[in-house]
Amino acid sequence: MSGNMNINLKVWRQKNRKAKGGFETYQVSEISEDMSFLEMFDVLNERLISEGTAPIAFDHDCREGICGMCSMYINGSPHGPLKGVTTCQLHMRSFKDGDTIVVEPWRADSFPIVKDLAVDRSAFDRVISAGGFVSVNTGNAQDGNSIPIPKDDADKAFAAAACIGCGACVAACKNASAMLFVSAKISQLALLPQGAPEREERALNMVAQMDAEGFGACTNTGACSAECPKEISLENIARMNREYLGAAATS
Amino acid sequence: MSVQLDSKIPAGAIDDKWTKYKSTVPLVNPANKRNIDIIVVGTGLAGASAAATCAELGYKVKAFCFQDSPRRAHSIAAQGGINAAKNYQNDGDSVYRLFYDTVKGGDYRSREANVHRLAEVSTNIIDQCVAQGVPFAREYGGMLSNRSFGGVQVQRTFYAAGQTGQQLLLGAYSALERQIGAGKVEMFTRHEMLDVVTVDGKARGIIAKNLITGELERHSAHAVLLCTGGYGNVFYLSTNAMGSNVTAAWKAHKRGAYMANPCFTQIHPTCIPVSGDHQSKLTLMSESLRNDGRIWVPAAKDDKRKANDIPEGERDYYLERRYPAFGNLVPRDVASRAAKERCDAGYGVGPSKMAVFLDYSAAFERYGKIEANKKNLHNASHDEIVALGKAVVKEKYGNLFDMYKQITGEDPYEVPMRIYPAVHYTMGGLWVDYNLMTTVPGLYALGEANFSDHGANRLGASALMQGLADGYFVAPYTLGSYLAGEIRTGAISVDTPEFEKAESEVQEKLTKLINIKGTQSPESFHKRLGKIMWNKCGMARNEKDLKDAITEIRALREEFWNDVRVLGDADEFNPELDKAGRVADFIELGELMCVDALDRNESCGGHFREEYQTPEGEALRDDENYMYVSAWEEIKTGEWKLNKEPLVYENIKIAQRSYK
Repeated sequence: MSGNMNINLKVWRQKNRKAKGGFETYQVSEISEDMSFLEMFDVLNERLISEGTAPIAFDHDCREGICGMCSMYINGSPHGPLKGVTTCQLHMRSFKDGDTIVVEPWRADSFPIVKDLAVDRSAFDRVISAGGFVSVNTGNAQDGNSIPIPKDDADKAFAAAACIGCGACVAACKNASAMLFVSAKISQLALLPQGAPEREERALNMVAQMDAEGFGACTNTGACSAECPKEISLENIARMNREYLGAAATS
Repeated sequence: MSVQLDSKIPAGAIDDKWTKYKSTVPLVNPANKRNIDIIVVGTGLAGASAAATCAELGYKVKAFCFQDSPRRAHSIAAQGGINAAKNYQNDGDSVYRLFYDTVKGGDYRSREANVHRLAEVSTNIIDQCVAQGVPFAREYGGMLSNRSFGGVQVQRTFYAAGQTGQQLLLGAYSALERQIGAGKVEMFTRHEMLDVVTVDGKARGIIAKNLITGELERHSAHAVLLCTGGYGNVFYLSTNAMGSNVTAAWKAHKRGAYMANPCFTQIHPTCIPVSGDHQSKLTLMSESLRNDGRIWVPAAKDDKRKANDIPEGERDYYLERRYPAFGNLVPRDVASRAAKERCDAGYGVGPSKMAVFLDYSAAFERYGKIEANKKNLHNASHDEIVALGKAVVKEKYGNLFDMYKQITGEDPYEVPMRIYPAVHYTMGGLWVDYNLMTTVPGLYALGEANFSDHGANRLGASALMQGLADGYFVAPYTLGSYLAGEIRTGAISVDTPEFEKAESEVQEKLTKLINIKGTQSPESFHKRLGKIMWNKCGMARNEKDLKDAITEIRALREEFWNDVRVLGDADEFNPELDKAGRVADFIELGELMCVDALDRNESCGGHFREEYQTPEGEALRDDENYMYVSAWEEIKTGEWKLNKEPLVYENIKIAQRSYK
């Protein structure tokens, strides 16, 4: 079922990390408003292949908004104009026939470009490996119900843990700060009794790694939370600052 | 080389087997563990938990995933929950009941001993996850909350809203990252395994491709664990992630690992229907929605009225009608077939007529009344009650309702959702023994990649349970029985003829794909394969269609290798080349699935052969002739030998599976 939308796309193409990149313009026609944004790219790529041109590389996987892999910077917003969704959950009904859409990769020194729209976000993994865990080996656990956790704390921890690690917060921030991402993990574990024994060390180590990766500082603009597809709250950053300051004062 | 199928089930009573096994399995002492390498391929629930646990034990671990981070494996997308026999609800649950439900749910085609072990360790999983800081849903008193899933009459499912898989995976991922940070796991992201290397019949390593540079790498190990998930994407459209593939398992199959029950596919009843040819994947609406939603179609054929205009008396709640004991919570295979039956008979709804309604209006009222009472509103109007009910439903299932609206453009709070079955999970997989070892010594398969626990149909909330059971609590023990014999092996060199040969074969295949320079994209071949599979090896199968499908798939394979067009180079980031390799493997697997479905002249679980059904249209098993695991051994491409593992039920009375 093809549709009747015609779209002008300006897409960032860059062969690899070292090559010089630039925008290419493509017209795509017969787009259905039921298509997802990525399905529109599928249509374009199939055409490029039939014309003998290399298709556009972009990251994507689950296409249901949870894996955090897709990462397009659309008309100046990470994941595009719609609030609270990832690129794969953005549908063409959010655009109009004849629109020109500019698509870029995440832009941040800490997320180097792999190719076209795909970037390297391994810095996030390294921040987690610095302290985003509870040090409990398999087999150490006591009964799951032995520590009651107030529902409110559990709900808040869950809301912080909903972060999908896509990096939109970094892409949205003029300083390329990763504070929202890092604070979400620190908050999740600080809110739960299981995370308490290591909370100070965790805050210090994760923040140190975040800085070492070259992420920028936070200037309280709030763009990260506004653009976050999971609507992670700025409260987490405030909590992280308390955790960090508290830990730094006693260390 | 033919291998005798020995399932290695320990002797003794079913509830002693695992305990006894654990206390007698050979151990590897800590000093020796430091000199033993383990490769883990895939970092979903099974892979991440196995890699982390093996590293905690002291082994040297290398882990691989094709995504840009281990956290993105497709386990992340599991929605509804994870089962465990905790009996926190005091509703009569037990290890035996979970075991029994799982074997019955699998239509008596799974291995008793493995399933019992799964039920035993299920409780440890919840404890472990809670200790890691997994934020499960809780009650106001601070205790863990439970809900029901299909095919079960107790509440044993633990959950974190509609994001249970995400939270469990992030728990396993954080355990893995902790070991990476400690230098005990070496992580290789954006790497794809393209072959298993065997030396003297034992798995000794893998050939992996660095997807960014295109370089082939050799990695050696004393044991290789495949935790690479299922192969539902053979159908093109499925609820799997776009990258989910069979390649690692298939390469293992081609190196001598048997493929078991490949035709056992789970078609999930509640997915968002296909909207057009552009569709790249299907989205699941969690089974948990069947807790509160009611499924119906119009009682009259080809009823063109809007759902809300069809009065109660003119609706057919066909699951409640056909299966009064389980109603909307029948197992997935039963619910899917019932939906197909109604749609095929002309009662389907929506533009394509291939959908049924999942309706929440009764739940809005029911919850609304409870809320009104709680708030002391005794004269609440109908609208007020519905509004209160919607708020409750929003808290329970909000993210799913939002997702539905996002994809379809319809508001499920106002009109019933339209749903239709879609491919979701594959029960079949690499054949493994009780140790989770395949027919290649030293090569293991964990989680969805193996076949052992779900028989012909998996119950809801059991996939997460199995992935974590295998990774946290089973493989770390069972590995010992093999690795205890490897302590004298020493470091394994990759500069041997075996690694050399495997690498050059992989290189040859990649070069071939690029050099065909045909006219059709890998994607277009994948779509065509998917159509054949869905139409002829999908929810209903018959002898003629399966035979046709085999012929068509063979022709498609020929065409693929003569006319596929892969643009770009081999030595760069080239997702097209990766996709082409995966499609080539799916084509071979598709043929084997049809061969397996054709061999199994019975209906059981997700495998429904139209020739074998009861007069009421229920699946008709043939226990006398088919109570076995079909373990297929590849002779050469497109030719297989069937090996059978008889299934013995000593603890469960075999019965016709009834949910009436």
